[in-house]
Parts: sequence; structure tokens; C-alpha cells
Amino acid sequence: MQGGGGGSESGSMSTVSREDNMVMSSEDSSCSDESELELGLGLSLGGFKMHQVSRGGHYARILTAKDFPSVISASSSPSSSSSSSSSSSSSSSSLSRANVTAGTKRTADSVAAANSSSQVVGWPPIRAYRMNSMVNQAKNQATEGFNSTMENHKSETSTVEKGTTGISSYQNSGNAKLRKSLFVKVNMDGIPIGRKVDMNAHESYEKLAKTLEDMFLKTTPNVNPAGSRALKLGMMNKLTRSSKLLDGSSDFVLTYEDKEGDWMLVGDVPWKVFLSSVKRLRIMRTSEATGLAPRLHERNCQRQRSKHI
Amino acid sequence: MQKEMAYSFPDEVLKHVFSFIQSDKDRNAVSLVCKSWYEIERWCRRKVFIGNCYAVSPRMVIRRFPEVRSIELKGKPHFADFNLVPDGWGGYVLQWIAEMAGAYPWLGEIRLKRMVVTDESLELIAKSFKNFKVLVLFSCEGFSTDGLAAIAASCKNLRELDLRESEVDDLSGHWLAQFPETCTSLVSLNISCLGSDEVSFSALERLVDRCPNLRSLQLNRAVTLDKIANILRRAPQLVDFGTGNYAAELQPDVFSNLAGAFSSCKELKSLSGFWDVVPAYLPALYSICPRLTSLNLSYATIQSPDLIKLVSHCPRLQRLLFLIQVLDYVEDSGLEELASSCKDLQELRVFPSDPFGVEPNVSLTEQGLVAVSLGCPKLQSVLYFCRRMSNAALVTIAQNCPNLTRFRLCIIEPKTPDYLTLEPLDAGFGAIVEHCKDLRRLSLSGLLTDHVFEYIGTYGKKLEMLSVAFAGDSDLGLHHVLSGCESLRKLEIRDCPFGDKALLANAAKLETMRSLWMSSCAVSFGACKLLGQKMPKLNVEVIDETEPPDSRPESYPVDKLYIYRSVAGPRFDMPPFVWSMDEAVKILH
Repeated sequence: MQGGGGGSESGSMSTVSREDNMVMSSEDSSCSDESELELGLGLSLGGFKMHQVSRGGHYARILTAKDFPSVISASSSPSSSSSSSSSSSSSSSSLSRANVTAGTKRTADSVAAANSSSQVVGWPPIRAYRMNSMVNQAKNQATEGFNSTMENHKSETSTVEKGTTGISSYQNSGNAKLRKSLFVKVNMDGIPIGRKVDMNAHESYEKLAKTLEDMFLKTTPNVNPAGSRALKLGMMNKLTRSSKLLDGSSDFVLTYEDKEGDWMLVGDVPWKVFLSSVKRLRIMRTSEATGLAPRLHERNCQRQRSKHI
Repeated sequence: MQKEMAYSFPDEVLKHVFSFIQSDKDRNAVSLVCKSWYEIERWCRRKVFIGNCYAVSPRMVIRRFPEVRSIELKGKPHFADFNLVPDGWGGYVLQWIAEMAGAYPWLGEIRLKRMVVTDESLELIAKSFKNFKVLVLFSCEGFSTDGLAAIAASCKNLRELDLRESEVDDLSGHWLAQFPETCTSLVSLNISCLGSDEVSFSALERLVDRCPNLRSLQLNRAVTLDKIANILRRAPQLVDFGTGNYAAELQPDVFSNLAGAFSSCKELKSLSGFWDVVPAYLPALYSICPRLTSLNLSYATIQSPDLIKLVSHCPRLQRLLFLIQVLDYVEDSGLEELASSCKDLQELRVFPSDPFGVEPNVSLTEQGLVAVSLGCPKLQSVLYFCRRMSNAALVTIAQNCPNLTRFRLCIIEPKTPDYLTLEPLDAGFGAIVEHCKDLRRLSLSGLLTDHVFEYIGTYGKKLEMLSVAFAGDSDLGLHHVLSGCESLRKLEIRDCPFGDKALLANAAKLETMRSLWMSSCAVSFGACKLLGQKMPKLNVEVIDETEPPDSRPESYPVDKLYIYRSVAGPRFDMPPFVWSMDEAVKILH
């Protein structure tokens, strides 16, 4: 394809190649200014345009979040909803407005978050790989492998022990605000895409079950046009009634794999014990879970018996 | 133009000239000169880097570059490293492999970062590319040792297998034994991410034995200290070595064996690994310390005096990554020692051992970093976790190290002010961007107002990547960055009061960037829809795991927002909790 082509053709090709180049190179070519879409967008929000504000303040004032009390800074941490003293009053008023709005789960969450000491996900920014490494180190040091070393080398023992206290805080945090995440994989029978849930973000079995129900069993109206339609339709067909994962009244039960590799029914041991032994979760069809936990079968029998009475 | 073309070189000559041009940027410039250069260049481009796998489709890449031998792809946004991107978000590589299997029979190198790689993908790689040489899976997930076995068995000329920081399902430890006896080509093997049972040590030994070109080897934790000597004696040509576990009962014969094995590695320049360190075994390294240029002790739970002793033996250290322990000793003095002995230091990373502790770690403060900035004039790259900072310290650091290209500071408690003056840290970070004219990457922390963004927008002309958390007062902050930072490619923001104004006023800027991530900010669903509608070359994706964004009022802020430019249009593999704002897609629905 040598030469040839009119001016317009080469013009369009170079546009295409610039675009292609932009996505396929590690560095940008120079940015083009021709597509400055400023006010077309600003207009729909009331003809607003950004100005630089001088320290003197005699330019047009920049509208900030506090001018729009309807914009709720609903986040998981309290710090951002009260990021500066000037915005705190508006955010509390917006939160009380939000309280009036009925039925939105997020509202309740944001109020709760503002009030309680919340837990900040992903902060400080330490990669999951590193966190998992440190947790495993703490476990190793606490269990076998080190006992003999400790006996033989007293001076090193004391330093090693001091060392482990620091590392072990990766597992159990004293700071309610910043706590370590403990993500475990969750798979549900019939759904190819698994999810991950943060065990440390839940204080009880009930909370965990609720999260999982929201994740997997919620009958969301199909508003997402793209994405795997077949998958979502399949999900909706399966789950047409609200389900409770813990009391055996649904088609599915919640099970987990423990440290020894055994699959157990969730809910039999105290929550803290469960946290320390859970490796991954599986939402299993009740029909497949019969061999797993005799107690489940018993519970169902009891329920049926009580119904008959 | 036609007249000039008559005097230009024949294609073969141009092709030869272009073969010396390796950088993507230069190659792109070449392709824009004229139509014929575009054609010649695209047929001879052998290496393609795609920073966002959704920015372009496999078919488009193949159509334009038919003769690619090496491809690098990145998937998930950076904040996925900190669990901010839900599982199932995307980044699947299978479709790429499937299309390239047909189009690039001679593909030899695949490098992936933050992508989901399945066993099926690995098996497809193994059987499709006869000349396969390099597989790097950096921070990937979704595969098991079965997939690795397929690679090992089929790739006869494999040179590089690097699985760093990936998540691998352990099904069997015998995949290493799948490397045929005829495979002698390995140059680099990084299996440090594998768990306890995933490697057969005898297979590893035999493999190391028969690969005389092995330069880089990172073992996993299952390999115990006593086995290191065996490996090293089989590979004295190693340049880069990662130990497994570095703990054992102190035994004189094991120690001397280890020390001897290390000293026989005359080329060894870089060390890492060191899980579960027993300090008594560190002196085994002393003989190679004078040659070391890179030392990664960031998993080593050793304490300051042992660290100081070790580092003082390494005067040529250019790169040091280490973990600061909670101790009785003052860690700043350890850094001061470092500053006085390692004058060539270019990169420093300090990780917290106790990031969630209630008590502040008083052992490590800003003083350590100031000391290093003073003593190490070549310092270019810093990642530093600490609990307190001052503007004065930051100004000093900025003035001492004008050559900084990467500066990432994490003050552990969000919104911590200058501990001396209780003011925001705007001036300190402002000094960093002002003095460090080549700064390409910056991560902020501490108490920050809109002013810091004004500095960044004014001075950060070379800034390519900016990470912001719990900072700023208003949209003006975001506006400063988007309007001022000319080289900005990646912007990631969490928990900041930035809303619609700055985003919409700077919509065009987003087309010049690779991506923008905003989570727990104040961008409304309405603004996202508007952006998606007005900017067809952007994919605007809203992530919400609780409920669909249009079940709430339009003014309601979205939970997470990821915007990236793309010539491929919206993607079709979005999970149920990701919503595309693309108008065309909505019309389809």
C-alpha cells in the first residue's frame, strides 16, 4: 500500500493511528486541544465554569461540595464525610435528609459509618501479597519450627519474640479504624464467577450471611445492559425467593473449608474460632450437603416434625 | 510530498533503520510521518505494550501489527492491589490468547500484570506457540499448578518463567518435573509466590543442574535454608537469587556450607526472599555483600542492629528494600547508618511491620528519610511508610534530592497534619514537586488541602501517575491536577470530596490519560451518565456491589468509578456489579 490515497484519507488514517498509538504505547503523544467540550457539559449543571480563584477571592467563587447539600459524601469512612469543618454541617444535614429517604440500604450504611468507628478498606496501601506473607510468617513463628531454636539460643529467643509481636498485629488489630482485611474466596454452586469476601469486616455469622445473600442471592433488576446477560438471567431464574443461608430454610447452605481441608457447615463454632480456621467458603445446594453435616438434616427433620404437630 | 517520496529510501532500508528503534514512543512517532512509513513500521513492529487491556481489542492489534513476537498487557486498575476492586471485575486474558494463537504463531513473549489467567489460557499458550520463550505473570490470578505443568511440558525453549506475586492454586507439587530433560534453556525462574507444597525439590535441583544459563532464581518459602547451598552450588553463575525460608537451627556445618556456597557465586548482585530470618545465618552473606547492588529484605523480620551490620557490609548497594520492625531501638539511626555507608543508593523502600497497631511506632520517623536524603545524593525512588511527617522535613528532602523520579509517602493515619505545626502538609509536598523537576510518580498522604493540588498542577509537569487519598477540600483540587499536569496518565483517588464540577469541566483531559479511578468521592451518577454520553472514546464504568446506581436519585454519588480511554468501545465481560455508562449500550438494552 504505497503512496496513493487522497488527502482526506491519509488525514483519517493518521487520526486513527494516533488513537491506536495512544492506547498502545507506554507514553502519551502530545495531547490535542481540539476537543474542548467544556461548557456543553457544564451547562446541564447550571452553566458552571471553573475559574481560578485568587487568594484575594474577588473572582467568581468556586462552588464546592458545601453548596450542594444534596450531594452526599457517602463513603465507608467517617473521615471523608467530615473532611473539613466547613463541610461538616452540610454533610450532617444531608445525612439527616438521607435518613428521610426510605428504603435505601446505602443511607443506613453511611449513617452507621459516620457514627461508629468504621473500617477503612485498603488502607494503609499495602499489597495483599505482602499482607498475606506477613500473616503466614506470624503463624509459622508462633507454631512449629521455632521452638527448638528458642530453646537453644536464649538471647535470640528474646529478640525473636519481640519480633513476632509486631508481625502478629497483622492478624489482630487493636485499632478499630484500620484493620487488616481477611479475604476468602466464595463460590456458589451454579455460578461460574466466584467472589471474595472480607471476613474481618463482619462481626458475626448473621452479618456474613447477609453480605453473601446480597452478593449472590439478591434479585437485582436487570439494569446492566452490558455484561454477561446469560449469567445474570441464569442467576435470576435460580433465585426467585429470599433465602436464608444459615437456618436451613433455603435451597442453599453455607459451608466452609477449614485448615485441615475438611468441608464443614458454617455456624457450629464460635465466630472467632471460625475466623481462625476458615480457608474458603462455598454456597452449596442443600441437596449436595446432606453428607456434610448431619445437624442440618436433623434441623430439617425437626422443622418438618414441628410443622406436622 | 510525492516529490520528496521519490528521493526516500527503499522499504528494505527503512525497515532496517526502524529495527533499531525500540521504544514505543519513537515507533509511534515514526508511524505518523507518512502513510508509507506507517505501513512499513506496522509490518516490522515486533513488540507491543498495552497498558490497559480494554483500551483496544485483540483483533485491532492483530490487524495493525501482523508480525508481533512480544506482547505486554495490563489488566486491573492499580487499586486492585489494595482490595478496592471487587473480585470478578475483569481483566481476563483468554480472549487475547485465543486470538493471538491464530494470528501470531511465532509469538515468543507474553508479559501480564494484574490479569486473570486460567489454566485454559496457559494450556492454550503451551500448545499454540512453538517458539515460546518468556512468560511473566506479575500479580496475576486464576490459575493452578496444572496450567504451569502444561507450560513446563510443552515449551521446549522456555527462557523465562516469572510468577512474581501471583496467586496460584496448589494442586500438585510435581509440575516442575514436567520440564523435559531436554530443556536446558532457562535463564530466569521466579516461583517465590508458590505455597508450601507446590514444588518438588528434587525436580528443581535437576532443572537447575541442566540449565547453565540460569541467571535469576527466586525460590519459594517451602525451600528450607539447608537446601540453599545445594542449589547455589549447582548454579554458581547466578546474578539474582531469592532465598526461600531463611530459618533453621544454628548448626556450624550448615552455616559453613551455606557461607561457602554463597561465596562461590561470583556474579551474585541481587538478593531477596529471606522469610523467617534467623539473624545468626546472616553472616553467611558477608562474602558477597561487597558486590551486592540490590537487597530486598522487605519480608525479613530482622531487627535494626542485624540489619545495620548486614548493610554496612554492602557499600555498593543501589537498591534497598526493607521492613522496619517495632523495636526498642531507634530505627532512624539505622537509616542514618545506611546513609553513611551506601552512597550509591538510588531506591529505598521502607514497609511497616505493624501498620494496624494502636501505639504509634516511635522507632521510625521522618528523620530517617531526611538522613537518607542527605547522605544519598543519587536517590531517585522512595516508598516510605511512617507515622509522622513535617513540612520542614519534606522541604529538606526535596532540596537534597532534586533527582527524585518517584516519591510515595504513606503516613499511616489518614489526615495526619505536620506534627510540629499542626498545619497541612501542602507546603512540604509542594516543595517536592517544585524541586524535583523530573518527578514522574507521586503518592500523597497526611492532611492536605486544595493548595497541595495547586502546587502539583503548577509544578508537576512531568508527573505521570498520581495517587491521592483522604485529601483536598473541593473540586478545585481536582481541577488543578486535571488542568495543570500535562503528562498525567494515571490518576487514582479515594475518599476525597471531589465531585462533578472538575470532572466534567476537564472531560477532554480524560482522553489524554490512560485511566482515572475515583472511589468514595462525590461524583454523582448523573455526571457519570453525562460523561459516558458526551465522550464516546471513554469507557465510563460505575462499580457498585450493593445495588444498581439507577435505583437511586441521579444526584447520588457513585461508590466507585473507573474511566479509561478506549478505541474498542465498551467491554462485554462486565460482571453484574459493573455498569457501563456508554449510551450505545444503553440503547441496545
